This record gives sequence, C-alpha cells and structure tokens, in this order.
Amino acid sequence: MAKVDYEIPELQEYVEVPELESGTMAHSAPYVAKPEFQEPLGYVGEVQDDWKEKTLDAMGDMLGKYRGLQVFMDSCVKCGSCTDKCHYYLGTKDPLNMPVARQDLMRRVYRRYFTFAGKFFGKLGMPEFVGAKELEREDLDEWFSYYHQCSQCRRCSVFCPYGIDTAEITMAAREILARVGIGQKYSNEIIGKVYKIGNNLGLPGPALEDTLEGLEEDVEDETGVKVLYPLDKKGADILLVTPSADFFAEPHVDGLIGYGKVFHEAGVSWTLSTTASEAANFGMFIGSYENMRKISLRIREAALELGVKRIVFGECGHAWRVAYSFLNTLAGPFDFLDPEYPVPQHILEFTWNEIQKGTLNLDPSRNDDMTLTFHDSCNVARATRMGDEPGGQFTIPRNVIKSVCNNYVDMDPDTIYEKTFCCGGGGGLLTDDLMEIRIKGGMPRMTALNNVIEESGVTHMAAICAICKSQFTKILPYYGMEMDQIVSVHQLVSNALILTGQVDEDDEDTDEEAA
Amino acid sequence: MSVAYAILFYIALAILVIGVARRVIMYAKAPAPLKIPTTPAPTTQTGVVMRLFREVVFFESLFKSTKWTWIFGWMFHIGLFAVLARHSRYFNSLMPAEIVGPLKYAAFAMIIGLVGLLIRRFAVDRVRYISSPSDFAMLFLLILIGVSGAMMTFVSHTDITMVTHFFHTLMWPFDGIGQLPGDILVWVHLLLVASLMIIFPVSKLLHAPGVFFSPSRNQVDNPREQRHISDWAKKLEQN
Ligand code: HEM
Ligand code: SF4
Ligand code: SF4
Repeated sequence: MAKVDYEIPELQEYVEVPELESGTMAHSAPYVAKPEFQEPLGYVGEVQDDWKEKTLDAMGDMLGKYRGLQVFMDSCVKCGSCTDKCHYYLGTKDPLNMPVARQDLMRRVYRRYFTFAGKFFGKLGMPEFVGAKELEREDLDEWFSYYHQCSQCRRCSVFCPYGIDTAEITMAAREILARVGIGQKYSNEIIGKVYKIGNNLGLPGPALEDTLEGLEEDVEDETGVKVLYPLDKKGADILLVTPSADFFAEPHVDGLIGYGKVFHEAGVSWTLSTTASEAANFGMFIGSYENMRKISLRIREAALELGVKRIVFGECGHAWRVAYSFLNTLAGPFDFLDPEYPVPQHILEFTWNEIQKGTLNLDPSRNDDMTLTFHDSCNVARATRMGDEPGGQFTIPRNVIKSVCNNYVDMDPDTIYEKTFCCGGGGGLLTDDLMEIRIKGGMPRMTALNNVIEESGVTHMAAICAICKSQFTKILPYYGMEMDQIVSVHQLVSNALILTGQVDEDDEDTDEEAA
Repeated sequence: MSVAYAILFYIALAILVIGVARRVIMYAKAPAPLKIPTTPAPTTQTGVVMRLFREVVFFESLFKSTKWTWIFGWMFHIGLFAVLARHSRYFNSLMPAEIVGPLKYAAFAMIIGLVGLLIRRFAVDRVRYISSPSDFAMLFLLILIGVSGAMMTFVSHTDITMVTHFFHTLMWPFDGIGQLPGDILVWVHLLLVASLMIIFPVSKLLHAPGVFFSPSRNQVDNPREQRHISDWAKKLEQN
C-alpha cells in the first residue's frame, strides 16, 4: 500500500453528514489527454483561443440533443434533498461534491447564456442574483476537477423529486470539455485501445488465446473435466462479452472460470470474440454517444461474423447499463438473433435460469468457509434490470448467491438496492491519478461493510462489476481490510458447482489461496 | 388604476401561458436519445403514469430522502393547490359553498410550509450553500402573497363582490372593466400575484411542468423489448 499525504477517513459506526468544508478537493483532477489521444475520438487536440465560443456551442448542441439535460437544467428548485446523498461529499466534505452544487457548476453558465433571467440580470451586472455566472476559463478547470469527482452512480437521482440525474450532467460536461480540448487521459486512452486492439487492456488475440488455454488446463487439473473456453468459434450459440479484467485479474478471472463451467453444465456452446473482447464501454463515461455507439457496434459485428444466436454479458456494472439499456438503441436491431431470448442477457440471468431448471449440481457447503454480503453495483442497481420484474437486478444476484452459499447477510438497508453506495471508482475514475477521491468516496461502502464484518461475521463481499472489484481490491487495505475479501459472484458459483464427472482432489478442505 | 391592473393581468397571463407553453413544447420536442429511467422502473406505460402520479401528488422521491423538507414542501404545495382551487370562485361558481368555506384554512398550511422551507434554507448549511438570492426571494414572494391573502380572509375583509366583479369583467372586457376595492391589501396581493405569473416561465418554477418531462421518471423500462432511437441518432446510421 502506497504512502499517501492525505487523511484516510476513519470508519465510524454510521456515516455522519459532515459540515461543509470548502475546497478540500479543489486540487483533485485527472491527467488531461494528450492531442494524440483526443483526435482518434473525434475531438480537438488542445484548448484553442475560441474556447468560450466552443464551450457555449457545445452546450447548446447538447441541450438540443438531450431532453434530460434541458429539463434538469431548468427544474432544480434547490430543495437540498440530494445534498447529503453523494459518497464523494460524505467522504470529502467538499460542498462542490454535493450533487446539486456539482450540477450548478454547469447550471450557472446555462442560466447566464441560455435563459432570459440570466441574460437579464447578467446585463444588470448581477447574474449571481439568479444563480448565473459569466463563463471564464477557470470555470472549465473547475468543471474538469469536479466532473471527475462524480462516478455517475445516480444515487442522487433516486432522491430528487424530479429525478434530476447528476450523472447525465457529468456526462454532458465531460463531452463539452473534450470538445473544447480538455479530455480525460485515462478514459480516452482506453477507448483508443478498444478501437485499435479490441479491449481496454490492450490484450491482443494471441495473448487471449494463451490465457484461455491456461484456464482450460487449470480447470482440468482441478476437476478432471475438460471445460472449454473458446475464442472466435464460429457457429457457437452464445457470444459472451465480458470485461477484459476477467481474463487475468483476481478475483475477476475466477468469475470467468465460473461462467465457463455454467455454460458447460448447461450444455450450450459459447465463444468469446477477439474483436469484441471487452464489455466495458467508456464512451458512456465521457458522455459521447458517437464513441459509445462505435464501441457497441463491435459487438454487433462480432455476433454477425460468428453467427451466434444469443449475446450474454459477463459481470460488469456500467457495461451492463450500456448493454441492457443502450445496446438495442446503439447497435440494434438484433433481429438476426434468436428471438426466444432477451438481447442481451446477463450471465446471472442465464445462471439463475439454469439453477431453476435444476441443471446445475450445486453444493453450497463448498463455500462454508465464507460469510458473504453483496455489493449492489450502482449502474446495475439504478440503471438496469435483470429478469422480467422491476428489481430483478437485486433479487437475481442474491438468489444465485444464496443457492451457492449457506452464509449470507445483507448490509445496512440504506446502502443496498436502489440506495446502494458506489464503490468510489466508477464512472471513469478508476485511475491512479484519482486515488485520493477514490479512497475517500469509498468510505460509505466501507463503513457498511465494516459493520457487517463486526456484527455478523461477514468475511467476504461479492460484486458483479469489474470496476467495483478492482476498486475494492485497491482500497480495502486502506481501511484495514484484506484485498481478497472481494469476490466475484461466479467465483462462488464456480466453487459450489460440481461438474458432471468431476473428481475432486484428495483433501476435501477447499484450500483457499491466502494471497 | 383598475384599468392599469387589468392590463397588467393580461400581460402577466400572456407571459405565463405563452412562456410555459413554449417551454413545454421545447421539452416535448427535445429528443431523448437513450433510455435512462432510474430503476427499478415500471415496465409498462400504466406503471409510468402511476409513478408520476405518486411523484406529483405525494412527492415520493423527496419522501425517501428528508422528512422535514417533505413535510413543509408538501404542506405548502397542497395548501397552494387548495388555495388556487378556492380562487376559482372569483371566476365561476362551480365550487360548492360547503367546500369554499373550510378551504380557507388551507392558507395556513401554505404559509406554515413556506416558513418552514425558509427556515430550512437559512438554517441548514448545505441548503444555504446551494441557495441564490433568488431562491430566498421566491419564498418571500410566496409568503407575502399568502400572508396578504390570508389577511383579507381573516383580518381585514375586503369587498369580495367587487373583486369578483373585476375578474368577471376581465373575462369579458367589452362592457367596461370593473373597479377594484380601494383596499391596499388587494392591490399588494394582486401585484405580487402578477409578478409571480411573470416570473414563472423564466425561473425554477418550471419544475412544475419539468417533472412530467424528466426522462429518469417518465420512461418505461423496456429497452430490450423495444428499440428506442431518436431522429438525430438515426442519422448516424445512414453512413
Ligand atoms: C406539478 C406541480 C408541482 C409539483 C409536483 C411540485 C413539486 C415540488 C417539490 C417536490 C418541491 C421540493 C420540495 C420543496 O421545497 O417544497 C417543490 C419546491 C417548490 N415549489 Fe413546487 N411543485 C409543483 C407546482 C408548483 C407551483 C405551481 C408553484 C408556484 C407557485 C411551486 C412553487 C415551488 C417553490 C417556490 C418551491 C421551492 C421551495 C423552497 O424554496 O424550498 N410549485 N415543488
Ligand atoms: S451521480 Fe453519484 S457520484 Fe455523481 S453526484 Fe450523484 S451521487 Fe455523486
Ligand atoms: S434534489 Fe433535485 S431539485 Fe432538490 S436540490 Fe437536488 S437536484 Fe435540485
């Protein structure tokens, strides 16, 4: 764990709403993208002299394209309901991390240049009377800072009487900034890699093949059963699209092993694709419809090329949002796939169906060394669904976990389901240059976790998102917990699943790796 | 002077109606390119109507959040609604007297609610931080409207027949405009109301139409079943 020159919040019994402390996070900002990473995404390389015009033009363009943005800009009554709902505010005390204050960074410019009241009082020289402000160059830096202290988790939107979604405003702000020449290095570089190589991590085809062969050998060594992890297999039934972290990082890869075992037992043929070897879609983080669409189209093309009948997504939060809510819009219609199945499907929907059908031989006692809790990933919880009923995104993962584990405890009801707290690393913040805000923003979730650890003996927290898993792996140690206390849901499934013909190694005790 | 007020009310009404209509048309026309309901969300159109109903009538989301704001906010709005309904008697006589009578107490709900909201705006540091002068001004304006109105109902009665006659003639001005009573409270009250009408379409009061157009509340959760695509996004597909 690296040394840090800021305070790590101390975990209390519950999260107190802090008093305001201005400017505590004013220094936080990600690296700016270099021109070479701006241009492939269709943005200008650097800030030009006409930044002001460009900003206002871009803003006008976004307002005309997104009803949400327009309505949200107009409707806020400053009721304050959202002010204590953001994990970044709770963890940093910085007033500009209150959702409405974050929105106001853009809203005050909107009011000044796009509303009668703002123009009128602006001419009188007192725009601040109606919450308006002249646009200055420093404002863009402030935007860059605070719109990268929002993980687009939508928690604020749940509590706003008009559903004002700060995530939408953050996305629009980032798109405007990128168009002016202030893009975020982390997200833009990753998108560049997706275009060039096919996934966020820049893993080329041969490396993927190696990895998957390695997995097949591992599973065979352990179980004696040959489970296939196919790549680019034409004519397979299912195309699995999963976050690239699943190919090697812990605990992600244990999830991928689990998906393969479930498919194997279900008796379906499946494949991964080199060109669509990434479920993540950072186009959403930067608020760019065009880039989000371009990234999504790879999946359509892969599905057509491989001639699959279904598309299934692996465990990832924002990826599931783009898949569930946007894929049909961005890359549809999917009339060439089997209409019997929803497009796309979540791996948990698939696994839960199989569990209900009884095709999986599960022994939950194989997870008896753990007591689990479940972290609802924000995008899954508040921007998607699983199954046919509203709220399936909460029940299906829990049903699966409870089918494969005997010991399960939920965290504080104010921190799960639709009120779930973000891990602190979502929305394009999962980068080392934003470590401080990630650690501090993780505080509310860490508090809830710590409480069930102390009160109910929870040992592990399961998650269904590559970003959550990476973020927790990184921040748990700062809060005095172990990085391997975070597990994949399909890792649990994998543990409990007894493959047809499986021969276990001699000692029955699951020797858990104590890494 | 009554004629001046008559003109003022015509202008105020025109601004209110045209201003809000233009806004509503703009919201309705603006594309919503992506499905973004805050989930869990209804999967049917009927479900969405119910969701909006709960949001508009009970302030459901606010209720989940802060009970104090909810109590004061709801008291104010329900009071406002009742008071507005009661004002219909200046224009027609559809409302039965048994209702008009007791409804006069709604003014207290409205004023108490507003004062509660005002105190909260001063007292809670987070809410104070996000407030502009106009946010306070709006509350003062509404409180003054409420208080001046309630004074006429409970303290210094004004000539209601004359007021009613004035508004009747506003609806049909061609036989001459009626006189307003020479009561300072009436003049103040009406001036404030006219200002509120004028401010409405250029202020945060747009939350009233806005709530119906908020995509995070008014969209059906069915993106997998039905392809949702906006016109501008369709153009991207043509090349
Ligand atoms: C569809 C109808 C309406 C709905 C659903 C609605 C809903 C709300 C809600 C939920 C709030 C936040 C809570 C609060 O601070 O009270 C609010 C605030 C407010 N509403 Fe409305 N409202 C509606 C119509 C109106 C109308 C017609 C007026 C005006 C004259 C109005 C004036 C206000 C004011 C001034 C506030 C801010 C209160 C404050 O400063 O704290 N509302 N509204
Ligand atoms: S979307 Fe999440 S991170 Fe962003 S302001 Fe709202 S609560 Fe905070
Ligand atoms: S809850 Fe909504 S209306 Fe209230 S202050 Fe926050 S964004 Fe504005």
